Amino acid sequence: MSDTIIKEQIFKPENIVYKKTDLMTDNVLSYCPGCGHGTAHRILMEVIDEMGLQSKTIGIAPVGCSVLAYEFMNVDMQQAAHGRAPALATAIKRLLPDKTVFSYQGDGDLAAIGTAETIHACNRGENFTVIFVNNGIYGMTGGQMAPTTLEGMKSSTSPYGRDSQTMGHPLKMTELVAQLPGTYYVTRQAVHTPAAVRKAKKAIRKAIELQQQKVGMTFVEVVSNCNSGWKMTPVDSNKWMVENMFPFYPLGDIKVDGKLVKEV
Amino acid sequence: MGKELRLMKGNEAFAEAVIRDGADGYFGYPITPQSEVMEYLMVEKPYEKTGMVVLQAESEVAAINMLYGGAGCGKKVLTSSSSPGMSLMHEGISYLAGSELPCIIMDAMRGGPGLGTIQPGQADYFQVTKGGGHGDYRLIVLAPASVQEMYDFVEISFDLAFKYRNPVIVLTDGAIGQMMEKVYIGEQKVRLTEEEIKEKYPWATLGKTPDRERNIITSLDLDPYRHERHNIKLQKKYKEIEKNEVRYEELNCDDADYIIVAYGTSARISQKAMDIAREKGIKVGIFRPISLWPFPKKALRQLSERVKGILAVEMSAGQMVEDIRMHSVETTPVEHYGRMGGVIPTPNEIVDIIENTFVKS
Repeated sequence: MSDTIIKEQIFKPENIVYKKTDLMTDNVLSYCPGCGHGTAHRILMEVIDEMGLQSKTIGIAPVGCSVLAYEFMNVDMQQAAHGRAPALATAIKRLLPDKTVFSYQGDGDLAAIGTAETIHACNRGENFTVIFVNNGIYGMTGGQMAPTTLEGMKSSTSPYGRDSQTMGHPLKMTELVAQLPGTYYVTRQAVHTPAAVRKAKKAIRKAIELQQQKVGMTFVEVVSNCNSGWKMTPVDSNKWMVENMFPFYPLGDIKVDGKLVKEV
Repeated sequence: MGKELRLMKGNEAFAEAVIRDGADGYFGYPITPQSEVMEYLMVEKPYEKTGMVVLQAESEVAAINMLYGGAGCGKKVLTSSSSPGMSLMHEGISYLAGSELPCIIMDAMRGGPGLGTIQPGQADYFQVTKGGGHGDYRLIVLAPASVQEMYDFVEISFDLAFKYRNPVIVLTDGAIGQMMEKVYIGEQKVRLTEEEIKEKYPWATLGKTPDRERNIITSLDLDPYRHERHNIKLQKKYKEIEKNEVRYEELNCDDADYIIVAYGTSARISQKAMDIAREKGIKVGIFRPISLWPFPKKALRQLSERVKGILAVEMSAGQMVEDIRMHSVETTPVEHYGRMGGVIPTPNEIVDIIENTFVKS
């Protein structure tokens, strides 16, 4: 008897310990190894899958690293101009109120060029879900300073570190939108450890569930690493994120059931 | 043409037509001289009558991207704006054209550049017929010259938009939008159901069902060769539009020695100029392009062979005149008369130009 194990022997239902959701396509992710986007994609799609919402879901991809989100998420999707995802989502949800609509946006997209669309969609209390991935940098264009870049943090356009006197202060969009009456659930999560992933998934599930009740904007920030842009190994970047990003962007719920649960 | 007769402003007629044609959504931002469109819609509450959505956006930028979202779901959506607002919208229009999304954008032109004035103008011709946004794309551009056409062009524009999956511009100006005329109103159409949209527009993002692959609305393709093929496909579509969708009107051109080429408000004023000239014994006709893109080049060329002179009348420094020169025979002189900055030409000015430039020389 041969010692070689053939594929068919492994790929048996009783051997499966983990299976990716069918709502993630088989396309190879375009993200750098170690980046949090892939995990954020997966848990979002797992939630849509587990809630049986694929046939009702329309997602909006941004401009930035996740511009190709539609290549990976197996749901109907539209790709928006830079920063305009909340405008697309607003119209879709208004025209099709029983669909599940989400925008998936990075910090450059949502907190710089799309500030107006973000603030006003939140303020109108649009009934869709924003997934906001914040890695403090413009990843896609090669690591430039973002509105969320920390004070003193180096990027290709702040090579000596961000100087808030000349470059402005890092913007806490999530705290900002939490103060608007149109937002119902606002939370900040991360995906750097299994525990954090479980929590983040729970938060996304809550947001999508609340969306079905049409109670207003549900907004989930995911603080993530950008090991390429930060010029670190994935492990170091996660460590750096915990030590530097989390003190400024603390994890946890900010607004629950339409009420602030944290001082902002 | 409908049976119900009303006295309406051009902007109101446009808004009423939108409701009657069974539009699904209007997304706009106030700007003079077209604010009556959204005001009329808000007063009429079509969301109670037909279920149509009317939403005031935070900017023209947001409004045009709302159109993108709605059109991507196969919905009949539109916006209206005026010149400075249109400049803001052209980014979104490029994306709409690239993603091949149907919609109507009404531009009530005012004098520019910059904030310019709130008085009528026709200086956005280049912007909407030649580009406006980035990339190789074309917009279907229709220019109404009466309140009735403000009404009628809504149905025509939606039909063209969905037939070709392309944005359609209704290019008008402050004068047509603000003036009151009688207008025949058509029957109320029923809005399409979601099932009907799925059937008619299988590309629409309405949720991925097991019977099909996911639908993606995007203008992005990082593979240059594949993206070139997309561009070639777009150009083929534009050729098809140029072949099928040319619209124009000829008034007294059969015996004309001179023709005025004008659209919109300028064409209306030129009609009076034509009458005055004919009373003086000068045989003037009018060639009115209705589709500014596709431009009625063949018809104009044939006409240019038979006349002694062509006068382009525009409320601009001379924009359409470039197309007229390009598509007229070289032996026929083409002159331009334009007023700018919100000034409307008078019929007598136009007659004087014809007499001095063509008749006396």
